[in-house]
Amino acid sequence: MKAVEVRQLVKDYGSFRALKGISFEVNEGEIFGLIGPNGAGKTTALRTIATLLQITSGSITVFGYELPKEAAEVRKIISYLPEEAGAYKNLTGMEYLNFIAKFFGDGRKLQNMVRRGVDIANLGERINDKVDTYSKGMARRLLVGRALMVNPKLAILDEPTSGLDVINAQEVRRIISSSVEAGVAALLSSHNMLEVELLCHRIALINDGIIVASGTAAELKNKYDAGNIEEAFVKAIK
Amino acid sequence: MISNIIKKEFKELFVVSTLIPIVVIAIVYGSVGNMIGNIGETMKEKPVIGIVDMDDGSLSDVAMSVLSGNAKVVYDSSDAEEGLEQVRKENGVALLAISEDFSQSIYANQPGEIEIYWVMRGAGMMDSISSGTVEGLIQAVNQGISTKLIQEDSSFDPALVLAPTKRVETTFFKGKEIEGVSPGALGNMLMSQSIVIPIVIMMLIIMAGSSVISSMGLEKENKTLETLLTLPVRRSHIVIGKMVGSALVGMIMAAIYMIGFSRYMSSFQSLDMDLANFGLALGMQDYLLVGASLFTALLAGLSLCIVLGTFAKNYRSAQALIFPITAVALISAFIVMFKDFDTIPAVLRILVFAIPFTHPMMAMRSLMLDNYALVIGGIAYTAVFTVVMVGVAVRIFNSDRLLTGSVRKMVGPGRLAWGFRRR
Repeated sequence: MKAVEVRQLVKDYGSFRALKGISFEVNEGEIFGLIGPNGAGKTTALRTIATLLQITSGSITVFGYELPKEAAEVRKIISYLPEEAGAYKNLTGMEYLNFIAKFFGDGRKLQNMVRRGVDIANLGERINDKVDTYSKGMARRLLVGRALMVNPKLAILDEPTSGLDVINAQEVRRIISSSVEAGVAALLSSHNMLEVELLCHRIALINDGIIVASGTAAELKNKYDAGNIEEAFVKAIK
Repeated sequence: MISNIIKKEFKELFVVSTLIPIVVIAIVYGSVGNMIGNIGETMKEKPVIGIVDMDDGSLSDVAMSVLSGNAKVVYDSSDAEEGLEQVRKENGVALLAISEDFSQSIYANQPGEIEIYWVMRGAGMMDSISSGTVEGLIQAVNQGISTKLIQEDSSFDPALVLAPTKRVETTFFKGKEIEGVSPGALGNMLMSQSIVIPIVIMMLIIMAGSSVISSMGLEKENKTLETLLTLPVRRSHIVIGKMVGSALVGMIMAAIYMIGFSRYMSSFQSLDMDLANFGLALGMQDYLLVGASLFTALLAGLSLCIVLGTFAKNYRSAQALIFPITAVALISAFIVMFKDFDTIPAVLRILVFAIPFTHPMMAMRSLMLDNYALVIGGIAYTAVFTVVMVGVAVRIFNSDRLLTGSVRKMVGPGRLAWGFRRR
């Protein structure tokens, strides 16, 4: 079964068309990257798949569940990490993980989820401090922990390393890779083409609401006779 | 340099979105003021009264002369029941009945008796103004009689000269006949219903409302809303959870506020009368209705706030959105304090009924006077209002509205990022 199937997806904001009929698939156990410049439609695509935005036309299925009809079922199996996500500042990191985990289970299942979240966030004793006191990198690690602790079938990660320094970004990438090895499918967006090349099994290049090319990093570089994905992207949109 | 900063601050703060609520509120206050009327004008107006003079002595002539000179007399004959009916018909304040032996008693060094049948229409602060002018008339009657007594003979008992009449009062208030109490005294007894309860409810609505609107603003400012909306939880549960959480916070805050306020208000209550003696006590069933009215109004207020909260872009804009709720709660409280539901103009009555917060403010007073229809109707209305507002809120939570803004304009290819406003 496909983790995600997007067919001819169109998304309008009033008279502005943000997505102009994009189609792609994400397989189980793979990391699929949507890459493109700011305003290309990456976040709109991810938000629509994450059940946050209504579909103007086209179709989306997530592990066989159709949107928007089965949005409630989809929410049970996905985990979404928005680009500039925050956590509740008056809660401690531990309280925040507990708050989220309670939506996905109770008893031992809840405890295991929280333990996994704590491990992924890797904040040490600071997990018991208020989120308000966290640095940007710590807060992002907590949020990645939150997103992956619930063992989602599909993790939707919007610019997962946005604003992080090299060390923290590398750590977050490592966490995503190891989660996928454990069976999670991941759909992520980034405008950092190097990151996508390193992390993703397959890539779609999106520009102006249209997917201009897709395939593995090697396929795309080959197709456009480019030394890296950035170069391939520039050639693809010309 | 400083002018540059002032100019920047002014431009940032003086925007249409901050002006609109102020302008709307100013218009609403102005309209309400016009509808309620002017206290000064009401006081200048001659009170409408009826007189039953059963005495043919010279002192009742003095009283009649003072009364007919300073009041609009709509009945002047000998049948008290007929007179009372006429006063009611003419929207009068009272029927004054001068006893048969009025002059004779006074000349015998005994105060002459005036029976006053008050027709009280409302328990608001402004509703007792016209009865206050009649009180003034009675003082004028006393002065007139005192002057005549002194002119005629200086050997009268000074105490009698200072207070030549005594009053026997009966107040008719919404079908109840309350003996021995004037509208002023009754108004004082009902002060807690007229002032304290509206203020308690006003504070509760403002505190709880500001909690829920701020919560929406904070969700957006802290970027936690998107995560919340992708969790496996029903949108209606998010809306209800926010409402109940905010209601609890609001109730705690309002309770703290009211501890101080009730101590402050208790210093104004001069009369310590038992309302049960006048058939105005509430039973268990009444208190349940008051509780139901308060609960539904609180939910109605919070559901309205959560809809408003969806417009908040951040914590700061959420604070501005609290203003209309505060203003509406203030208007409700002031109307209930100053006027009774039955004594306000029809247009204002519709407005008062439409504002869900006014129902618990009026509930106790209405139940004391057996006006169950208004209370139960109010509960039903606020329940329907809540359901509609929760439905609207859930609909908004299910739409793109929470996360996306309105389209400003198409700016052409290549500049898509600026084509719509993000919220």
